[in-house]
Amino acid sequence: MKRFGVGAGSPAQFSFPRVRQDLSDAMSTDFILQTRDLTKEFKGFVAVDKVNLQVRRGSIHALIGPNGAGKTTVFNLLTKFLTPTRGTIHYNGQDITHEKSAQIARRGIVRSFQISAVFPHLSVRDNVRVALQRKLGTTFHFWRSEKSLDVLNERAMELLEAVDLQSFADATTVELPYGRKRALEIATTLALEPEMMLLDEPTQGMGHEDVGRVADLIKRVSANRTVLMVEHNLSVVSHICDTITVLQRGAVLAEGPYEQVSRDPRVLEAYMGTEHV
Amino acid sequence: MKGKNIGWIVLLVLGLIAPFLVYPVLVMKILCFSLFACAFNLLLGYTGLLSFGHAAFLGWAGYTCGYAMKELGLSPELGLLAGTAAAAALGFVFGSLAIRRSGIYFAMVTLALAQLMYFLALQFPFTGGEDGLQGVPRGRLFGLVDLADTMNMYYFVLAVFLGGFWVIDRAIHSPFGQVMKAIRENEPRAISLGYDVDRYKLLAFVLSAALSGLAGATKTLVFQLASLTDVHWHMSGEIVLMTLLGGMGTVFGPIVGATVVVGLQNYGAELGQWVNVLTGVIFVICVLAFRRGIVGELAALIRRSGIRM
Repeated sequence: MKRFGVGAGSPAQFSFPRVRQDLSDAMSTDFILQTRDLTKEFKGFVAVDKVNLQVRRGSIHALIGPNGAGKTTVFNLLTKFLTPTRGTIHYNGQDITHEKSAQIARRGIVRSFQISAVFPHLSVRDNVRVALQRKLGTTFHFWRSEKSLDVLNERAMELLEAVDLQSFADATTVELPYGRKRALEIATTLALEPEMMLLDEPTQGMGHEDVGRVADLIKRVSANRTVLMVEHNLSVVSHICDTITVLQRGAVLAEGPYEQVSRDPRVLEAYMGTEHV
Repeated sequence: MKGKNIGWIVLLVLGLIAPFLVYPVLVMKILCFSLFACAFNLLLGYTGLLSFGHAAFLGWAGYTCGYAMKELGLSPELGLLAGTAAAAALGFVFGSLAIRRSGIYFAMVTLALAQLMYFLALQFPFTGGEDGLQGVPRGRLFGLVDLADTMNMYYFVLAVFLGGFWVIDRAIHSPFGQVMKAIRENEPRAISLGYDVDRYKLLAFVLSAALSGLAGATKTLVFQLASLTDVHWHMSGEIVLMTLLGGMGTVFGPIVGATVVVGLQNYGAELGQWVNVLTGVIFVICVLAFRRGIVGELAALIRRSGIRM
């Protein structure tokens, strides 16, 4: 989106009301998530520097950049695992800058983590069920039998089938191979039917065939939702992502579709010597 | 599931015949500590929170129950209720403060608060200070059953233990228990699934404290005494030992751990202070060689040999 340079007392003031209208329309329709000057400082070190991110509803949006560019920090800020030093976050037009992590999750923004985020000593089915059970409203009922959760089994199996894990339902999660754990993590995230998924390096540490499978899976599950992902694997990014934002040293370096961003000389320079393009 | 049912049956049969085989007061002591250890395990083994202040709940429930019965003349069932309620309230205060921190800091906050409660127990006049509350009457249960009779007392304690243990077992296998385990396994992930983990931790803490209180109040009834021993930090350490030895995060482990430790202290009494050395050695061996505890190792052995539990 274009920035509007409105000087104080300039003739541009004349058209200001109309511009405002456009902005707020854009906020409530086009973009599901917007940040304004999002900044995080750690004792003087600026990890994230005035990031203006705009994620279009229904798109797959990638956040890429060299190591230490601040990608994961942006994720942590968006989901409030870290508190921003400055700036705002709007989700569906509402300011969520001051909400707590669990609240943001309940709004429909569900994140994954860089290292696989499963519950290792629960069964594969129970991993998904933990996500499903919240909507039953019995999560504080310590006197109720866990058999009351069996009504969720069918939905849990559907979700496991969606990621090809149905035959592992009764296995203890810790015994699954790495790629399967990542798939389980996606199934657990999908269980919440999130409007927006934040995936932190979903293919990291995976074998070649797993990468392809997970990329397809992301494409498939993004049908009715928005995905924002941090990803190092540029072939995945180029195949499934609609928009790419390149971060460098905490700031946005470039943004656009893959063809445009990948030819940007600043991006090429940033990646030189640190990553293969 | 099958293994658990067998466990319940063994427990029930052993509980019913034990006073004919062993000195009943010793079995009652074991039952009180078993309940205490199981309540502690609910927090450590299933929620992943290491409290180092559980003596406060055991001891203060004992004082409350003792005071209610001796000075206010309440019946034993109301005495137990008062002790449990006091521990729950104390647990709410401890929990609200401690869950703001995690790991070693959590343990330190609970320890500090428990030390504070120890000091209060020492200073307040109604606790009897160094002497403790002595000569607490056992009273008549529901005004009918005379608990001064050892066998009556025993079966009442057994019933209290089984009731408390059932609550713990149920809590572990409840919708709430699933969330507790999820928090133990991966707290950030539980948050990202929309759970306000602090509220679940607090409930687990209060439950654990209340049931520890039930154990402490029952113990006061058995020995007709509430003393500083039960609020001392040694007690907080001992309960960690019992839970780890028996098997943290197993349903029956803490009972086995409590039995071993209390049994050792009793039959090793002629060794004098050396019994502490013996307990220490066993603890070191346990932590180094079989970290899953007695029941945890047994379960793993059975699983390896291919029998489904």
